[in-house]
Amino acid sequence: MADTMTEAPPGDTDPAAIAARYHNRPEALIEILLDLQEAAGAITDADLRAIADSLNLTRAEVHGVMSFYHDLRRTPAAPAVVKICRGEACQSLGAERLVVATCEHLGVELGATSDRATVEAVYCLGNCALSPAAMVNGRLMGRATVDEIVTSVDRVSGP
Amino acid sequence: MTTVWVPCDSAARSVGADEVAAALGQAMADTTIVRNSSRGLFWLEPLVEVEVGGERLGFGPVTADDIAGLVEARFWKGGDHPLALGPVAAIPYLARQDRRIFARAGLHDPLDLDAFVAGGGLAGLERALATDPAAIVEEVVTSGLRGRGGAGFPAGIKWKTVAEQDAPQKIIACNADEGDSGTFADRMVMEGDPFTLIAGMAIAGLAVGATTGYVYIRSEYPDAIATMRRAIAAMTGAGWLGDDIRGSGRAFDLIVRRGAGAYICGEETSMLESLEGKRGEVRAKPPIPAIAGLFGAPTVVNNVLTLAAVPDIMAGGGEAYAAAGSDTSRGTQPFQLAGNVKRGGLVEAPFGITLRELIEEFGGGTASGRPFRAAQIGGPLGGYADASLLDLPMTYEGLAAHDLMLGHGGIVVFDDTVDMAAMARFAFEFCAIESCGKCTPCRVGAVRGVEAMDKLIAGDQTQRAIIDDLCELMVDGSLCAMGGLTPNPVRSALRLFPDDFEKSRKVA
Ligand SMILES: Cc1cc2nc3c(=O)[nH]c(=O)nc-3n(C[C@H](O)[C@H](O)[C@H](O)COP(=O)(O)O)c2cc1C
Ligand code: SF4
Ligand code: FES
Repeated sequence: MADTMTEAPPGDTDPAAIAARYHNRPEALIEILLDLQEAAGAITDADLRAIADSLNLTRAEVHGVMSFYHDLRRTPAAPAVVKICRGEACQSLGAERLVVATCEHLGVELGATSDRATVEAVYCLGNCALSPAAMVNGRLMGRATVDEIVTSVDRVSGP
Repeated sequence: MTTVWVPCDSAARSVGADEVAAALGQAMADTTIVRNSSRGLFWLEPLVEVEVGGERLGFGPVTADDIAGLVEARFWKGGDHPLALGPVAAIPYLARQDRRIFARAGLHDPLDLDAFVAGGGLAGLERALATDPAAIVEEVVTSGLRGRGGAGFPAGIKWKTVAEQDAPQKIIACNADEGDSGTFADRMVMEGDPFTLIAGMAIAGLAVGATTGYVYIRSEYPDAIATMRRAIAAMTGAGWLGDDIRGSGRAFDLIVRRGAGAYICGEETSMLESLEGKRGEVRAKPPIPAIAGLFGAPTVVNNVLTLAAVPDIMAGGGEAYAAAGSDTSRGTQPFQLAGNVKRGGLVEAPFGITLRELIEEFGGGTASGRPFRAAQIGGPLGGYADASLLDLPMTYEGLAAHDLMLGHGGIVVFDDTVDMAAMARFAFEFCAIESCGKCTPCRVGAVRGVEAMDKLIAGDQTQRAIIDDLCELMVDGSLCAMGGLTPNPVRSALRLFPDDFEKSRKVA
């Protein structure tokens, strides 16, 4: 088992090639799906079939895993993915207001995707001493404000 | 050549540490900027440090805009500046702690293995390599160390069970899912002192006869994932991991696995399912993981903080560790001050410190400056405390006496603007979102709980009895503690803050 991947993978979008990097081991399914999604943006039906074949799993099994984990997407997100923390610590400093205001500014409902931004709720980003916390395309923010979030989205998606 | 330290911790970066480091690099030629880990004094981040006369001096919180002024004040010579904090080790918040797991927090580049070794970081692993496995287990039993992930099970007993199994393969599985709101200590260990966690896992492997370890890290922690991977590579390269650890003939390898956004995957059997590449549905126990865990092999599942406490226990001895604390709560606990608190951060202190000391003396009260109203202890499944409970000693038994629990050591502070009915509703909502769906009391109960709470909030007081029954059902009938403990925050909010559930208060 020690030969399983431990380093960050290259940006390959071929599901069979990614599965092969993990020696087609079924226990690596989540890693494979995450790698593919990072490279390709989403997991398509064709991907799902290819991965199931490579790992010798049924499509239902792969689909079951896809539907269980909040991070895994069947359809691509917008260029800017905004995650706003709704954990209790962030709520103690106005996270709910931040969610409402951000959605309003970006014109996207929580959980939805526009051509500029996907806005999602998350539950704790481990930045609870600097609440409220948010993340835009993997970049963590502390004492986050609507302005800061919108500026980050503008940087990615254009104003 | 001057050296300036600027933390690389993701919380420090979330408030501009990278920008500060870049501005410093531009403003100061002939200077080495070391990206150290965070001290865990987050209200002071970005906390910039310099060494003058053998002492580390701090400046914070620094923004990129402050750099010109700092340079003008010749801050690297200890020059006077409004952001000067004096010797970092003397800052009361830090000086008053008893840091063991976090002894090295903030000192150096987290991936500088030479500095780690020079600081004695591998003394515990070295001693373990020269110790009989049963004696390692005994040392951990003697320390009284209990699991820091939430359930508080004695680590030594768990290790002993795994050690006693006759199996071709055994596994160490580190739970780094850290899903509890208000907690960040695991993240700080992985980003800030990864070699300590790796050493702790290797010691666990030597103790129970496991040659493989997994670290299950939540996807919300990309920096921790990257740092752990690099730290494992560095330890392997230096021969501290691998087929033949430092010529001892003993083997231990480590694999990082990512979560994919599921709070329930912090529950140990759900984590094992996820590590096997499956849906994170909770397993019925028995068998316990110590007997049949990952891929059916006897598995030690321990939290990051539990495993990171082990090197110090092996280096200093179990008895020395057990000397701190009280009753059955031995050693130190990394408390995490979060939410509406002036000085949020990491406080490692012996068990027995009071909630008041933590929130008022360390935390400085609320961030808003408004009166304190409530604290949630132990994550989203933990209960709420009000001001009458502030003198409570933070021990497993002290908290249990008030239907509270330590959990992973997170303390979330709220001021008097908090609506406790909304928080109680949120507890059900969170359970509904994160339930694995395997059992009905949790899957359906949480949804019913949200509905009943909405009606109660709208003024239908008959819902109180329904909520009481629902809580009882969830406690009694849930397969795991997700459903079983969700009533904690709900019931404590109802008990301590009844006014918030009366419609009249809201109208007024
Ligand atoms: C819903 C739920 C979530 C949990 N989340 C975590 C977690 O994020 N990290 C953790 O270490 N333990 C978590 N636990 C506790 C684990 O089930 C388990 O007790 C722990 O990992 C054992 O390690 P320890 O003895 O070192 O604490 C959770 C439990 C439940 C019921
Ligand atoms: S209590 Fe909830 S999370 Fe736990 S097994 Fe049942 S449905 Fe799953
Ligand atoms: S609760 Fe928001 S970052 Fe932890």
